[in-house]
Formats: sequence, structure tokens, C-alpha cells
Amino acid sequence: MTSTARPDDSLPRTGVERANLAMRMAARDPDGLKGVILQARAGPLRDAVVATLPAQTVRIHAGIGLEALTGGLDLAQTLVEGRAILREGLLDRPGWLLISMAERLPREIVAVLSQRLDRKGTGPVLLLDEGQEPDDRIDAALVERVALHVSLPEDERLQNPHLSAVPSSPFRGARASHAAEDTATLAALACRFGVNSLRAPLFALRSAQAIAGLQERDNVQPGDLAQAAALSLAHRATCLPDSPVPPDAKDSPSPNTPDTSRPVDPATVSDSLPESILLEAVRAVLPPDLLSRLTGGKSAVKRCASGAGQRKTGNRRGRPLPARRKRPSGRERLDIIATLRAAAPWQKIRRSAEATPGPRIWPSDLHVRRFEDRSDRLLIFAVDASGSAALARLAEAKGAVELLLSQSYATRDHVALIAFRGQAAELLLPPTRSLVQTRRRLAALPGGGGTPLAAALKIAGETALVAQRHGLSPALALLTDGRANVALDGSADRAAAQKDAQQMARWIYGLGLPGTVIDVGRRPRDQLAVLAALLGANYTPLPHAAAEGLSRVLHNSLA
Amino acid sequence: MTAFPFAAIVGQDAMKTAMILTAVEPRLSGVLVFGDRGTGKSTAVRALAALLPPITVVRGCPINSETPEAVPAWTSVAEAELKSRPTPVVDLPLGVTEDRVTGALDIERALVHGEKTFQPGLLAQANRGYLYIDEVNLLEDHIVDLLLDVAQSGENLVERDGLSIRHPARFVLVGSGNPEEGELRPQLLDRFALSVDITSPTDIEERIEVIRRRDAFETNPDAFLATWEPEQAWIRDRILTARRALNTIEVPEAALRDAAELCMTLGADGLRGELTLIRAGRALAAYEAAPRVVRDHLRRIAPIALSHRLRRDPLDEAGSVTRVTRCTEEVLG
Repeated sequence: MTSTARPDDSLPRTGVERANLAMRMAARDPDGLKGVILQARAGPLRDAVVATLPAQTVRIHAGIGLEALTGGLDLAQTLVEGRAILREGLLDRPGWLLISMAERLPREIVAVLSQRLDRKGTGPVLLLDEGQEPDDRIDAALVERVALHVSLPEDERLQNPHLSAVPSSPFRGARASHAAEDTATLAALACRFGVNSLRAPLFALRSAQAIAGLQERDNVQPGDLAQAAALSLAHRATCLPDSPVPPDAKDSPSPNTPDTSRPVDPATVSDSLPESILLEAVRAVLPPDLLSRLTGGKSAVKRCASGAGQRKTGNRRGRPLPARRKRPSGRERLDIIATLRAAAPWQKIRRSAEATPGPRIWPSDLHVRRFEDRSDRLLIFAVDASGSAALARLAEAKGAVELLLSQSYATRDHVALIAFRGQAAELLLPPTRSLVQTRRRLAALPGGGGTPLAAALKIAGETALVAQRHGLSPALALLTDGRANVALDGSADRAAAQKDAQQMARWIYGLGLPGTVIDVGRRPRDQLAVLAALLGANYTPLPHAAAEGLSRVLHNSLA
Repeated sequence: MTAFPFAAIVGQDAMKTAMILTAVEPRLSGVLVFGDRGTGKSTAVRALAALLPPITVVRGCPINSETPEAVPAWTSVAEAELKSRPTPVVDLPLGVTEDRVTGALDIERALVHGEKTFQPGLLAQANRGYLYIDEVNLLEDHIVDLLLDVAQSGENLVERDGLSIRHPARFVLVGSGNPEEGELRPQLLDRFALSVDITSPTDIEERIEVIRRRDAFETNPDAFLATWEPEQAWIRDRILTARRALNTIEVPEAALRDAAELCMTLGADGLRGELTLIRAGRALAAYEAAPRVVRDHLRRIAPIALSHRLRRDPLDEAGSVTRVTRCTEEVLG
């Protein structure tokens, strides 16, 4: 089906060639397309793609200082020379900008990059995404602003690919013309994949024009639209066109507006190209986890948009610490008094070496201010929704979590929610500050099935690890009756399940995760007390507590 | 860079109204726009600034002073030459430091020349214009505090590093954000004058129209601007007329009573609700060339002026706009 839409010779066959095409498109129209996100592990494939960039590409990594990007006064050089020496920011340079480990960019850099992407007349960017875990994605603000996305398949081999060098300067001529109904086609397509942003269809349109331009045609053909949609729309998809209701349709349309989630009226769609072909083209490059999430019957969560707040490191303010000898790097503030104090003893010697009036400050005198602050806390709730717990106390556990949520609203904690039942545990809500979301998920949590305690602990530990990397202090609240009967591999083996759970508990203890275990079973169980000891957590048997009591316990043991 | 014409923005009427009201009545000092990415929030801010007539400033003045007398003493503006420039729109990046916002000691001058001089910050640049913050809900709280303080007092006070400087900083603060990524503290919410929730258009024809216009604009900006100029001029004239008429708009006793009753029924804390309601109502009346504020103005302004002031359970998911609309119907009939 797809072959009819795509001309065969110029068609990129492999991920590497697709990436190369995307980069040539971005180089041709940097104002319209902004750049490419390349999702791939470091390796020969990615190197082959990156090698096609022009030589004067600016390369930066995620750990770069803000000052190096935006430019500013070169303090050390200024002091040596005795006149202002300005340093050019890397973002102001023309041509390609290559950012490796883009999934680890801190928020302030993302903000500066977003501003650059919103401007016109800047060069294209290539963001290398090496994130392997779903929580480790490029910031949504960047994904939104960069048109093209290519993911290199893991198992691809390099078989003398047809790669062309990527130019460094944009194409100055006119863009290819397109038929009026192409706009409608792309807008409809974006709707069917649940893409809400209006940037997306615009990107798709410009992409199609760039593809046509690269093939030296002056009009957009149906095949261009298919390729363009695959490169610019597929990764934004939040639902499949076949699924009856996209996840957000329930909040958006009012009764009197037409429901766009339904398949679009064929009359509005271009006649020149059967829509199914476009759909196929996009579907061919859809992220595999999207499909699995959807077939699991769960609504698709915009994972990448979930918790942008979590990347803040918690050192914005706090108790002052003694100043430290260091050259300011843009984030820090110079401590003038400490600097002068450091320079004072040397004035006599320095004065004999130089003839200018005023105090002589040398770069080695510079001191910066330091503050100590607690980082933000992340509360990971692991709630047992298995049959045994559900029968007894699920509603009470939910009530307790809700009460604690309103407390965490006051202290601005982040929360994450893990539920475990049946065969596996799942992260219902990645770390977020949005309490409404948390509550919604919690309320919708059904009960029943086995108790995969080990799987829950595993996910809790993984979530905590990611959170620690983002500068949060995670803490775990485990609400269970401790009747683990599903092992890590999903088999219903009570002994293996207990063993796995204890092993996971030891691992979590190794992570240094503070926590509390609340026994929500009918009767307290020694087994769970043992598990709590392994976790290094408080164990609280609360046979029949009211929700307030439960939440008080949580509060005290985690504070 | 030419901005997209304001008049050509499709739909999003609540946001457009809120922005126009700030242009009519600058004392409505903050607008909060909550909505998904790619719904035209920043486009609208830039478009509005481009729509407004250019302002006259003293050349080289860091705070965009209107007359040579208004130029602060700490600047090094030598000649009193006037020039006109577009209304400034200043972007405030998320990772910004307090120094950059308020201004600080000019380290370069201090170290190289041994002079104590003030280096103006973003607040100075934004004077007489717009300060736009994308993802305001992710901005560090103490910076938001500071911005709202300055936006309301209209003056930036710097007391640090041995400096004691004050300069006017009158700007309209526009904050945007995605509610899924975290809420703003209620104390901060309350201090934005107006708040608008926007969503992507759900009508396919409307979406197509957005893309069609944007594409036409990017393909040939000059022709597109020329097409929309009559409508732009019409909005601009109405704003300018409204600004002049603002002080002559009558606020009858009945309108005050309505506003107070509405706020009491809704249980909005403090008196900011009433004040904003009256101010916004007056601006709307002026924009529509009405001689006095009537019930209809209040009714239409209530959702954007009050919905963010309700005391609410942080876990309550029912939209507060609905509550305001219902209440408005009850009180104002």
C-alpha cells in the first residue's frame, strides 16, 4: 500500500538514510523546520549520520554552562587585559548546532534553546537523544519546537548507505508550491493521531516543501506529504487513528463542536492521495511503545510532557555558606567582599608590579557566593491493588494517599504513583506536581488479581534512580498487605515471589531510599515487618485506621 | 522580524480579549494564559505588541524613557535625542537569575574601572512594554514573586551589592504555562489580573484555517500583512480611542454592587477580585465605546477576571470557569 505513494529511487531505505534526509531538509529550511531530533545509541550508525554535518558545526554537550551558550564577559581575560573582553556565545554562531545527550539538558539551557528556536535566521539544530528509559526523554518544550524526528533502529546494519553531505547554509530560493487541500490533509492527519499542537501540521507542510525542493521539483507531490508526515508527525502521535476516542477528547470538545477525533469526512481530505496511504506512512515509524501502551487498553499518556518540573536542582536559594574561591560561571554570583578581602593582602606587592590606580584584583582572588538548600522531595506511592488488599482496604489506602497529596501540595512535593495488581506493576503517573492528575489516576485504579510486590519495588527503585539523577530526593511509601504471590517473571509462585520481593528490598536499601511500609492487611504480618526491615523503612501495622491516622503516620515517618 | 498580524489569529477570543484589555488599561497588570503547547500563546503576545503604535523613547535609554527629563541619573545617556520604536516585548527565560531580572552591579565596570555602576536588567528593558514568561508555572517562585511585585508597583527597587537604585518598570506581565506540568501557588494566581484557559481548536475547519494563514504569512509576509492591515488598523484605532475614553467611563453604583455581590457569592478572597472586575469592565466598556459599565460587561469579563481567584481544593478537578459562569448567571441573571 505504501509503495504506491512513494517514488522508489529517492526513498530512504534505512534509518540512517532517513536521518540524512531529515538533516538535509532542516539544512535547507532552518527557519521553518528548526532541526532534527535523532534518537539513537552512540555507535557506528549514529557516527555515520553525524559525520555528514558540515565541518564548522558547533558541538555542545548537556553539561555546558549557560554563559558559554549565551556569551558575556570573559572575566578572567578582562582582568588580565584590563579592558572588557567579551566572549561570543555558542548559540549566536551561524550554521549547525549539535547537542549530544540532549535528554539531560537542564531546564535553564532548554529555556535558552527554546528561545533560540523561536527566533528566525538561526541555524538548524541536531539533538542527539540517547535516553533509553521512557522517563529519560528530551524536554517536551524542545520536542514541540523541532520539526523532525528520526529514530535509528537498534538492529540496523551499515550497508554502504547513500548519504550526502549536509550543507551548512540554507536554500535561498522559493519554497515548493503546494495544493490548497494539502493543508487540510495534514491538519486532518494530525487530528487523527491526536496531535493537538498546531505547530505540527505546519512543520509537516514545510517538510513536504523541503522534500520536494531537495528533489528539485517546484511543487509538492503526494509522496512528499507521506514522507513529511512520517518525519514530523509520527513521534507526536498520542493515539492511533483506529482507536475510537483519543485520550484528551473527553476534556476538550464541547457538545456543539464537531468531534474531530472521529475519522474526518473524506470530502475535506485531498482527493489526490488516499488518506490511508498517509496513515500507513506515519504508522510505519510510530514509536513501538505507543502501540503497546494503546493495545494495553490504557489511554496514551504524553510521557515526555509529564514532569518538566522535575529537572530543577534544588539549589536556588537557602542558607548562605562561606564564599569559595572560584571564577563565576554564569549561574553563580560573585561575592565582592570576599574577593576584595582575598586581594587585600597583596596590594602592596601588586602595586609595585603595575602602575594603574585602584585596587588590583587578579583572577585568583575571585570568590563566588554559595548557598545550601534542600532539594525537592519526590513521594513515590506504591499502592497494592491486588485482590487480597482490594477486598480489605483499597478504598482506605486511596483515602490516605489523597490526604497526603493535599499535604504535599502545601510543601510543593512531587509525587509519583505506582499501582501493582495482577501480573505486573505499572507506573501510573511519572513524577509530577500536578495533583489533579494524580488524583484522577488514583480514583480510576481498579482492584483485583495477584500481588506482584517485587515488580512494584523494582519500578519504585527505578523511578527513584531517575529522580535522584534529576536532583530530587525520593522517598517511598509502600501500602500493601504483603501477600506477595507473583514473582518478578510474572509466574504465580508464592515462594519465588517472596524471595524476589526481598531481593528487590535489599536493592532499594542500597539506593538509600527513605521509606515507610504500611500494612493494610486485615491482620499484621511478620513477613511484611521483615520486608520493611530489609528496606530500612518504618513498618506500621494499621489494621483499622481512619485515613487521617494513616496519613499522620506517613507524614511523621517521612518528614 | 515581522510579527504575525493580531487580527489574523483564528479563534481564541478569550485570550485576545484579555490582551486587548491590557492594552487599553495597563493597570491590569498581568495576564495568565494556561493551555497546551502550540496554541498560539506567544504568537498572540508578539502580535499584540506589533499591533500597538510605536512608542517614543530617548535614544540609548535603558528603560525606554519617554522624555529626556525621565531618564534616570544613573544612566550614561548623553544626548536627548528622541526616536520611536515598537512596543518592547521581553522574553524571560526560565533559568534566569535574579541579577538578570532586576539588574545588578556592573561587574565589568566595577573591576576594570573601579566604578560602581548599575547594569539594568530585563525589568528595565520591559518598561512600557510586555514581559512574556513561557512556562511561568515552572519558574522559581521567588522570581515570580518579584515580577508580580514590580508589575503592580510599577517600580523596580534594587538594594544590593552596595547599590541603591530605583527606576520605573511599568509593563504588562504575560505568563503562559501548561497546567499538566504543575500549578501555580494560589497567592501568585490571585495577583494576575486576568486568567485565560485556552485549548487547541477542536474544529477541523478552524485548524485548517490556522495553518493556511500561517503558511500564507510565512510564504509572503508583506502581502499577508497588507491584506490584514485594514483590520489591524481598526483594532488599533479602537484601542487608542478606548485609552483616551477610559477616564470618562462611568461606573454606576449598580455595577459596583453587582461586582461585590458576585465576588461574595463566589467566595473570592480579598478585594482584588472586585477591583479587577471593575477595571476590566471599564476597559471593555471603553473598547466597545459604551458610555458606562453595565451588567453585560461584567458578565462577559467575570470568567477571565475571577476564575483563578476562587478558593479551591487543590484536588478539585471541576473547572472553576464553570463555577464562575454558573454563579454569574445566578447573581446577574
